[in-house]
Amino acid sequence: MTLQDHSAISRVMRSDRGIKWFVGLLLAAAVLLPLGHLLFPPESSLHVSTYTLGLVGKYMTYALLAVSIDLIWGYCGILSLGHTAFFALGGYAMGMYLMRQIGTRGVYGDPLLPDFMVFLNWDSLPWYWHGFDMFWFAAVMVVLAPGLLALVFGWFAFQSRVVGVYFSIITQALTFALLLAFFRNEMGFGGNNGLTDFKELLGFDLQASSTRVGLYVTSALALLAGVLVCRWIVASRFGRIIAAIRDSESRTRFIGYRVEHYKLWLFCFSAMLAGIAGALYVPQVGIINPGEFAPINSIEAVVWVAVGGRGTLYGAVVGAILVNYAKSYFTMAWPEAWLYALGVLFVLVTLFLPKGVLGLLQRFKRAES
Amino acid sequence: MSMLKPLRDFTERDRVFDMVNPALRSPKLDVSHGTVLYLEDISVSFDGFRALNDLTLYIQAGELRCIIGPNGAGKTTMMDVITGKTRPDTGSAFFGQTIDLLRLSEPDIAQAGIGRKFQSPTVFEQHTVFENLELSMAGPRGVWAMLYARLNAEQREKIDSVLELTGLQDLRFALAGSLSHGQKQWLEIGMLLMQEPALLLVDEPVAGMTPQETERTAELLVSLAGERSVVVVEHDMEFVRSIARTVTVLHEGSVLAEGSMDQVQSNPKVVEVYLGEQV
Repeated sequence: MTLQDHSAISRVMRSDRGIKWFVGLLLAAAVLLPLGHLLFPPESSLHVSTYTLGLVGKYMTYALLAVSIDLIWGYCGILSLGHTAFFALGGYAMGMYLMRQIGTRGVYGDPLLPDFMVFLNWDSLPWYWHGFDMFWFAAVMVVLAPGLLALVFGWFAFQSRVVGVYFSIITQALTFALLLAFFRNEMGFGGNNGLTDFKELLGFDLQASSTRVGLYVTSALALLAGVLVCRWIVASRFGRIIAAIRDSESRTRFIGYRVEHYKLWLFCFSAMLAGIAGALYVPQVGIINPGEFAPINSIEAVVWVAVGGRGTLYGAVVGAILVNYAKSYFTMAWPEAWLYALGVLFVLVTLFLPKGVLGLLQRFKRAES
Repeated sequence: MSMLKPLRDFTERDRVFDMVNPALRSPKLDVSHGTVLYLEDISVSFDGFRALNDLTLYIQAGELRCIIGPNGAGKTTMMDVITGKTRPDTGSAFFGQTIDLLRLSEPDIAQAGIGRKFQSPTVFEQHTVFENLELSMAGPRGVWAMLYARLNAEQREKIDSVLELTGLQDLRFALAGSLSHGQKQWLEIGMLLMQEPALLLVDEPVAGMTPQETERTAELLVSLAGERSVVVVEHDMEFVRSIARTVTVLHEGSVLAEGSMDQVQSNPKVVEVYLGEQV
């Protein structure tokens, strides 16, 4: 073998045709769907409705969440069953910005206080709502809030060498605790109604179809960037070390790596990625409420990764889109059946497709050649 | 009493805090007195079973020491104590004059210069042979550094030379999990060499090796001694005889006898312990 080319691009693209396919398809989707929306009139069969754009855009943010889970689960063996907590925190940070943008257009027309605070007879803005009228501040909080939570939580968990199923259980507890906290009106995040009725983002009307297109394209590009950055990480020596930690944690310690530091770095990065996904999710669905913290959501997100095939990154994207498409279909056609279908799916995938859909494709390819 | 221990750090007037003591913060290996490892009065018990019982053992710098003993004599526990995996109940363990092993974590001890080969070969099975060696290579271990780390020509040469030494050059891109038992043993020895430790702890290096491989391992370990210190735990008496200058016999967690192979073999206490087993 010749000396490897070490540029960042080759590091990301090397030795994997799947990633090239993935980049191509995602770019195509990012361009073609908006074109279909803008070029064809609504009566044309090639027209893409704003509803479809919003739906696919939402899937993209779910896919980014799935990528952040795959990064820690597939590559480092950390199974977080509370990752939507970080997703929801990012979403709340964005939601707070959108609330502040409403201004006097709210029902009560208060220039400073969001409607729910007026309703609760609050006379001033809580201290943690300050600054959210500025987009850059909200954007920083989108990554900082999940990152800080992950830092504190991860520091205690990894320092105490909490691993495996115990870690998964306490992440469930974490997201459940946040669910209960955000349900309380006194927390100042809108209680069980959450934050909604958004008007505009950076001056663009959220109902306008051009804004929807913009949000869709941003989500697609964020997903692309997320996957590529994660690829860059796992293809570095750092990536080989976290995989070594996954396979044999104590051995990694004995050759001198501080396992806790590696896990903590990765966990924080993953949480920030989930936060970005949440921030892109909220303006597209138009609401963020404590339901996003529900433990079942985190488990669902893990199922996406398992279905797609973990340890590939784009497998997580495939899984997130497949399962959510199935969910959209099922909840319309046969709502009661969805949770059962999800359970059956998880059992079947675990039993018969340990490497997910992508593993199945690889097996077919190998059988051919 | 143990609750008062943190308080005592404040009341001891003859000492400074660790954080202001540069020697404790980043100690350098100091073997000026000729001894690389001091284990003194080490006791470890698990649920009432005393795995180590006032064990006192010194390893000279550059020495090749073999440690033998029946099952349950405490050989592996001793290695666990040295590498930080197990904390002893009492006793002290120093690496050179200055490095207190009982204060350090496993990665700190590894970085200070103690490398360990495990009893059953433990390599990273999902990584290639080359990557296993790359990860073991001596050097910085920080998170940010590893994100941008690249191999330079010198490091590649180092890996190539270890591949050659261990006879794995044709398998460099094979997954470590696909190697045979003996090849894994060699790979783990290679990983140990990449760490460039001052003290090598080698647990049963020739288990599962062919006679030729055993012979090569013996040559390798003998050649390492001198520059580095090597401690070998082994059951294979032929092998021990072929490499050992000094042999230590462990029994029930403490040293039963120490000396050359012939002295040890003629020691009546050792014969008694090994009764029925061939020494």
